[in-house]
Amino acid sequence: MGMPISIHVRSSDPDHELVDRAVAAAYAELVRVDQWYSTYREDSWVSRVRCGELALGSCPPEVQDVAAQCARAQEATGGAFTPWLPDPDGVVRFDPTGLVKGWAIDRAGQQLAGLPGAAWSVNAGGDVLVGRHRHVPPTGADAAPWRIGIEDPRRPGTIATVVPVTTGGVATSGTAARGAHLYDPRTGQWVGRAGSTTVVGPTLVEADIWATALFVGDADTARRFAQAASSCSAFSL
Amino acid sequence: MRRIVTWLLSTVSALVLLFSYHTSTSSSMPVSAQAPTTPGPTGSSSDSGTDGGTDAGTGSDSGSGSAGTFTGDAVMTRFGAVQVQITVADGSITKSVVTQVPWTDRRDQEINSRAVPILNSEVLSAQSANIDMVGGATFTSQGYIQSLQSAIDQAGL
Repeated sequence: MGMPISIHVRSSDPDHELVDRAVAAAYAELVRVDQWYSTYREDSWVSRVRCGELALGSCPPEVQDVAAQCARAQEATGGAFTPWLPDPDGVVRFDPTGLVKGWAIDRAGQQLAGLPGAAWSVNAGGDVLVGRHRHVPPTGADAAPWRIGIEDPRRPGTIATVVPVTTGGVATSGTAARGAHLYDPRTGQWVGRAGSTTVVGPTLVEADIWATALFVGDADTARRFAQAASSCSAFSL
Repeated sequence: MRRIVTWLLSTVSALVLLFSYHTSTSSSMPVSAQAPTTPGPTGSSSDSGTDGGTDAGTGSDSGSGSAGTFTGDAVMTRFGAVQVQITVADGSITKSVVTQVPWTDRRDQEINSRAVPILNSEVLSAQSANIDMVGGATFTSQGYIQSLQSAIDQAGL
């Protein structure tokens, strides 16, 4: 994971020490997750599994649970989301990054959820998670949802539409930022088509998985989405 | 009991790089993070930066009064070249723009400034001024971090 992450907090007292500590805890968790799961770090649990040094069963329970989540996501999306991806040499290896990306931000958000009277948002390189303390109203005059502008994938730097959210994740899959980096396991090809798919859901991990799946998938994927992810909504640009 | 919440106009925001950036006198590997005491892989590299690299205008480990625009090296990734340009004021990064994106099919496409989600919403050439942040295809790239580090080194931060 090598992405810029920003955290915004709105409250009646944003300078409170509690806010500083919660934000620091959120970042600390992101650093920890990166140390454990990054494929760019030789010493991460995931890298050691990928190179065959370690079996998944020898990894901490959390890592095994992440792998199990990946398997469930693969099944739920009919294979459109998959943790089995070709590495730079074309060898297919275990890569949970597509799931860990959103999952890590959800975990960071848990550090912020306890801030009294606060609403917060985390923006991780284009994926956004927002939330608020349970006593802060999600509707009404004080609600003040986060207005998330979705970038037009064909004109970087411009906004195509705005999604107002008070709680949940907004994930977008597309090729505008990184070129053809989304893998379609059924064709064995990297998907390079234009456009993007955005999913809004209760958690960022779920939104992320389905954004990826829907972008590379087909009508069958869309059908599965409608059945399996009933609390999510999606649109394509 | 209904809780009345009043929002302050100013929001607390901190642009923090997941990987603390460090001065060019550190190791050549641009990717590093502080090692907390959680059990896990050994040998994680630690860096000399602040906790989590917080850069909320405190200027604690930045150069004195660095200002201007600095363009990092164009770094090749497996999908194409990535290049990052930062704008610095008073020793803090106020804007970050990707000037080259990997786009294997469309090399001839004119890429305008690609707004990396950041503090300053005026970075966006957005139609509506009333946007809190920008969502889009996730920008995750080793090449991005390397190019950004190169820009930071040039800025002397």
